[in-house]
Amino acid sequence: MRYVSKAKRQFQKALWALAIFALLPIGAQAALKIDITQGNVEPLPIAVLDFESEDGVGQDLAKVVIADLERSGLFRPVDREAFIETQVGVNVRPKFKDWRVVNALALVTGRAVLQGDGRLRVEFRLWDVVAGQQMTGLQFFTKPENWRRISHLVADAIYERLTGETGYFDTRIVYVSESGPKNQRVKKLAVMDQDGFSQSELTSGRALALTPRFSPTAQEITYLSFANNKPRVYLLNIETGQQEVVGDFPGMTFAPRFSPDGQKIILSLERNGNSNIYTMDLRTRETRRLTSSLAIDTAPCFAPDGSRIVFESDRMGSQQLYVMEDDGSNVRRISYGEGRYATPVWSPRGDLIAFTKTLKGRFLIGVMKPDGSGERILTEGFHNEGPAWSPNGRVITFFREGKGADEGSTLWTVDVTGYNERPISTPGWASDPAWSPLIR
Amino acid sequence: MGPSSKSKIILSMALLGLVISGCASTTDGRLQNSSAPQSAATTSSLNEDAQNLVANVADRVFFATDQSNIDGSSRATLRDQAAWLNQNASIRLTIEGHADERGTREYNLALGARRANAVRDFLISEGVSGDRLQTISYGKERPVSLCSEESCWSKNRRAVANIR
Repeated sequence: MRYVSKAKRQFQKALWALAIFALLPIGAQAALKIDITQGNVEPLPIAVLDFESEDGVGQDLAKVVIADLERSGLFRPVDREAFIETQVGVNVRPKFKDWRVVNALALVTGRAVLQGDGRLRVEFRLWDVVAGQQMTGLQFFTKPENWRRISHLVADAIYERLTGETGYFDTRIVYVSESGPKNQRVKKLAVMDQDGFSQSELTSGRALALTPRFSPTAQEITYLSFANNKPRVYLLNIETGQQEVVGDFPGMTFAPRFSPDGQKIILSLERNGNSNIYTMDLRTRETRRLTSSLAIDTAPCFAPDGSRIVFESDRMGSQQLYVMEDDGSNVRRISYGEGRYATPVWSPRGDLIAFTKTLKGRFLIGVMKPDGSGERILTEGFHNEGPAWSPNGRVITFFREGKGADEGSTLWTVDVTGYNERPISTPGWASDPAWSPLIR
Repeated sequence: MGPSSKSKIILSMALLGLVISGCASTTDGRLQNSSAPQSAATTSSLNEDAQNLVANVADRVFFATDQSNIDGSSRATLRDQAAWLNQNASIRLTIEGHADERGTREYNLALGARRANAVRDFLISEGVSGDRLQTISYGKERPVSLCSEESCWSKNRRAVANIR
C-alpha cells in the first residue's frame, strides 16, 4: 500500500497543477466522426488556427496540436498558407464557407491568456465545418511552463471527439537511452513526452539499465539494473529519484512489470541457469513462484484485469507464448505459427497480445488474440523488438536495431492496424520503450 | 570488462597467496582480473617465479545458436581451466555468459545465464569447488565482435572466465 498511496499523492499533486473546464457551446452539437477500426483511412482534413495570444505561445500551442494529430495518421492538417480566414476569436463563429473552400472538415480555434495570478488559461473549440457546428470546447488552467501538456490535452480532446476513443497524446514514454561504442554501450533510463520532447535522464549510466516499465500511476518505473555487477530488478520513483532493489532474491531477477493494480511486480528469477516466473507483493514483500519448469520462462505480462498472465517459454524447444491464470495454474500454449515468439504484451483493452516474432532470421512485430488466433504482422525487418502499447490500445511502440558496429536502435510507432509506421525522434540511440498510462 | 578479440591469453596473475592486479595490456584475450585496477607497476613487480607459474589457458568457450551445451573443443578448454584452478586454490572466478544479437533481450539474459552455468557445472564436475565460481549473464549487451554476420555472432555466443 505504501507505494500506491505515495504515488497517488504525487498523482493528485500533478492534477492540482492543471484544471479543465468545458466551454459553453456556441450553437448545436455536430456528428463528424472518424472510424479508426479500419486501418487505411483517408486522414481527416483539419485546420488548426494559431491560438490567439499576446506572445508566441498561441502559435506554439497550435504547432504541437497539429504535430500530434498529424502523427496519428488519422488527420491531415490543412496548410495554413491556404487559410482565407487567418484569425478567429475563440468566442466567435468561424466563417464556415471559407473553411469549406480550403477543404477542411474540422477546424480548431483557440486562445491563450497569461492571467494576473500567473496561470496560463488556454481555451479552444473544435468545429464541424460542414455542419457549421461546435463539436467540443474546453478551457485549461496551468502553469505557463506546462503549455506542451495543454497542447497534448487539446489534441486528445479532438481525437476523442472525432474517433470516440480515448486519446494518448498526453502521455510519456520511458526508454533506454544508448551511447558509446556497441561493445561498451552506456545504457541509461530516460523519459520523454510521447512526441519525443521534454527529454530527461533518470539514471547516470554507470550501471547498465534495461527494460523499464511504468507503474499504473506513471510515477514509478521498474527496470533491470546491473548496479554492483548484480543484475536485479529495481523500483525507481521518477519524482524523488529514490530507488531500491525489488525483493531479496538469490539470483538474477529480470523482465519486470507491474500488476495492473500496481501492488505487485512480476518478474523472472534465474537460479543455476534456470529462469522461472515470480511475483512479489510490494506491500507484504511476499514472493510467489508461478512457474517451475527447467526452461527459460520469462517476459511475463498481466492481462489488464489481472486475472491471467502471458509469458514466453522455451519449454517445448523454442520460444513460444503461453497464458496461465494469475496463480500459475492452467498453462496453455497460444502461439502455433511458424517461427519463434517472444516479449508478449497484453493490450490495455484486453483484446490483443503484441509480440516479437523471429522468422527466417528476421524480427517481426505482430499481434494475436489472447487465445492465439487472428495473428497479424505489423512490421518486419532485420531486427524489430519489444512492443509496448499506447494506453488506448491503438498504437504500438517498439525498437528497431540496425546492422553492424556503427548502427544502433531507434524507436518507432505503428498503428495496431499495421499502418502509419513512424520514427520517434530521440537525442541518441534508443531501445526498450514503454508507454505510460494516461496521466489524467 | 574490456572487449578482447583473441581467445587465448596468459594467466598472468595469482600466485601463492600474492594479490596481483590484472593488466589488460598483457592479458588481452586471456583469463584476466576484470575488477582490479590496471597497473603497469604491479605487473612489472611480478617476479620471475610468478612469470614462470603463468599458465596457458583460454578464458572463453563458444556456443551454437540458442545452445548452452559444452562441445568437444570447449571441453578441452574447460579441462585446462579446471586443472589450473585446481592448482591455484585461492583463485575465484566469475563466469560471464553472453549471447549474440539475434535474440530478444530477456531471453538472451536467460540464455547467457544458462551458458555461464553450463560452464560452472562442467568446472565443478572437474573437481573445482562451486563456491569459487560465480556467474553473471550479460545477455546480448556486451558483444566483442560487432558485425551483423555469423562470423561475429559466433564469437559473441560465449562464456568468459574472469578472475575475481
